[in-house]
Amino acid sequence: MAIYLDHAATTPMLPEAIDAYVRAMGVVGNPASVHSQGQNAKRMLEEAREQVAASLGCDPIEVVFTGGGTEAINLGIKGLFWARQPRTRILVPGGEHHATMDTVEWLDRHEGAVVEWLPLDAVGRIDLAAVAQSIAANPDDIALITCLSANNEVGTLQPVAEVAALAAAHGIPVHVDAVAAYGHVPIDFHALSQAGVAALSVSAHKIGGPVGIGALALSRRATVEPLLHGGGQQRQVRSGTQDVAAAVAFAVAANALHDLPAENARISALRERLVVGVSSAVPSVVVNGDPDPQNHLPGTAHFSFPGCEGDSLLFLLDVAGISVSTGSACQAGVAEPSHVLRAMGRSEVEARGALRITLGRTNTEADVDALLAALPAAHVRAARAGLADRMPGR
Amino acid sequence: MSGGVDSAVAAARMVEAGHEVVGVHLALSRMPGTLRTGSRGCCTVEDSMDAQRAANIIGIPYYVWDFSERFKLDVVDDFIAEYAAGRTPNPCMRCNERIKFAALLEKALDLGFDAVATGHYATIVTDADGNRELHRASAWAKDQSYVLGVLTQDQLAHSMFPLGATPSKAEVRAEAAARGFSVANKPDSYDICFIPDGDTRGWLAERVPPATGDILDRDGNTLGTHDGAAAFTVGQRKGLQIGTPAADGKPRFVLEVRPISNTVIVGPKEALAIKKIAGTKFTWCGVAPAHPEIAFDCDVQIRAHADPVPAVAQVVPLKAGSSAETSASRGSGATTELVIIPAEPLTGVAPGQTAVVYLGTRVLGQCTIDRTVSAVSAVAVDA
Repeated sequence: MAIYLDHAATTPMLPEAIDAYVRAMGVVGNPASVHSQGQNAKRMLEEAREQVAASLGCDPIEVVFTGGGTEAINLGIKGLFWARQPRTRILVPGGEHHATMDTVEWLDRHEGAVVEWLPLDAVGRIDLAAVAQSIAANPDDIALITCLSANNEVGTLQPVAEVAALAAAHGIPVHVDAVAAYGHVPIDFHALSQAGVAALSVSAHKIGGPVGIGALALSRRATVEPLLHGGGQQRQVRSGTQDVAAAVAFAVAANALHDLPAENARISALRERLVVGVSSAVPSVVVNGDPDPQNHLPGTAHFSFPGCEGDSLLFLLDVAGISVSTGSACQAGVAEPSHVLRAMGRSEVEARGALRITLGRTNTEADVDALLAALPAAHVRAARAGLADRMPGR
Repeated sequence: MSGGVDSAVAAARMVEAGHEVVGVHLALSRMPGTLRTGSRGCCTVEDSMDAQRAANIIGIPYYVWDFSERFKLDVVDDFIAEYAAGRTPNPCMRCNERIKFAALLEKALDLGFDAVATGHYATIVTDADGNRELHRASAWAKDQSYVLGVLTQDQLAHSMFPLGATPSKAEVRAEAAARGFSVANKPDSYDICFIPDGDTRGWLAERVPPATGDILDRDGNTLGTHDGAAAFTVGQRKGLQIGTPAADGKPRFVLEVRPISNTVIVGPKEALAIKKIAGTKFTWCGVAPAHPEIAFDCDVQIRAHADPVPAVAQVVPLKAGSSAETSASRGSGATTELVIIPAEPLTGVAPGQTAVVYLGTRVLGQCTIDRTVSAVSAVAVDA
């Protein structure tokens, strides 16, 4: 049985979420139907919405269910951009997820957006002074600011409230990509929206719910143009028959976040064991992200192994029965050198030698120890293979 | 695993032979196409998916290894540079030499693998002393030993060709169908994998800007002009567009391409006959002959699908400043060259092509042709 240490990619569905999902799929009724079976479906849907809203600290009316995190991010960014026309500027930090980067680049190419990339510091945190400077340049022409609340690769938490405060001074809406943070750090959308956050994106499968459903928490004070047009469901913001069963399963996973503090303490201890063990097994390793436990995701450990391809390590650990990630996006099965590390000012060599290990509910000390046992041999081989496939004429 | 039928069947046979097998697809382009088209059979996302589906059916793990940077440097850029220098390169051979049985093999050995198995049609024979010999495949029509002629003893020791003994490609396809591979009827790939539409001339013209130059006869008389010397191939007849006919009324053929002076030399068909070829960049495939400096009988093959012809070969010292010194050998530090004299003159030979030397079915070695000597004029051709 493979040991799964890639919970940031997706985490196993909770058994109770699977049960609820299967049961709800057996219930007939479109929540938009007027008859009693439709009303029953609507009741299940709205109960689910309330529970998801509770996990986000927002009102149920502010929860817009989407087909996943990517759709939520697209709706948040494109929807705010279009609603704010004719403003053109979008401020976005380097090192965002591709769902954000590719969306703003699309707006740049097709919709006249002017995208301004903001720098990250050496631990991957947004540089607030640079944010303030960019805003000051021409605040009236800024359509929106979007940023991660926790970096999905290196795990560094972002000063979202501070960014929102800078933006709020000029009435600029902020979209927050909380997909990586959700389920790992508390989210208080009420407080964030008071501070100036207009919308916040999450995904169910990162917290033990099903793939294929996410949500945009959309402040009742904010306006977005919809991406999809049709039946006008969900306050006209997101047309399409609502997936009651997925929402129900999502809600079960959201409810399970009640034990977040205790689980975080356990996961943080596992991560500490992992980081200490890896550093001792491979002294040359670089631990990326903010070293302060208060400032990074509890279960995310991100390393650079200088002189190795992250790909090689991933392969060798996989063969040893341990699933990890390079953390960066794949193009046709090939991992790109981490754009997050590059945005943090790291060299291409460090970016190529990246490995992300993410812990979750199902992991134990034995899993961490299995990785630590397999790593030295894998590292020796990966170091021998080196970066040879990049360098001609070896 | 390219996503083609051969490597899929090769992988399945390796598993059945009891090996622990991992499927590896080489990403050779940073910007792969999405869907395969026309004569392509590798290098697109769809081909990668085909390879993965075959690996799924076989039940082996599958990974994509990115060699796009080395492929660009060692194969694509080399192809362009050779072409710009007026030679006729074989990128598939270069890929075998520098990527599949070099970069890939080295990485695999470093990561703990013992060998690389491919779907090439060739056979490896181990002699009584444990030395490896490369031989032609049983199915001569599909034999690919020519493009593997660059492999050394060490590379052969870590290479396996499970399809080498298969009587025909039809059998491989039937086996693939029986195994349930979706690629059983996928067309064979032809042409050059990194030229998406198969238009090699157009692709090269974009990278080596052509310039107008003279077309000369063998005596140096100007017969016309051309739009770029590199676009011509030795032996080519069409596209010369010379207004005046030859004195004897016979068609003219490209005899030589001189990229430095941007001239094309033309002449009668008889002048294409080559009585001697030579090159300084030669390697032995498996155990080297004990006395290559003594002329020995062999067969020589000058293209992937050409017939082998009887020849005599010999390694001779290279004298600086001699007529044997060429633009390819000059400054290379080479002190010897392999000279091959076919029993009958060859046609369609150009510098840059590879001559593979066989002893019966065994591949003895290969050399990149630096120069040729015409059978009718004593002038050596040096690109």
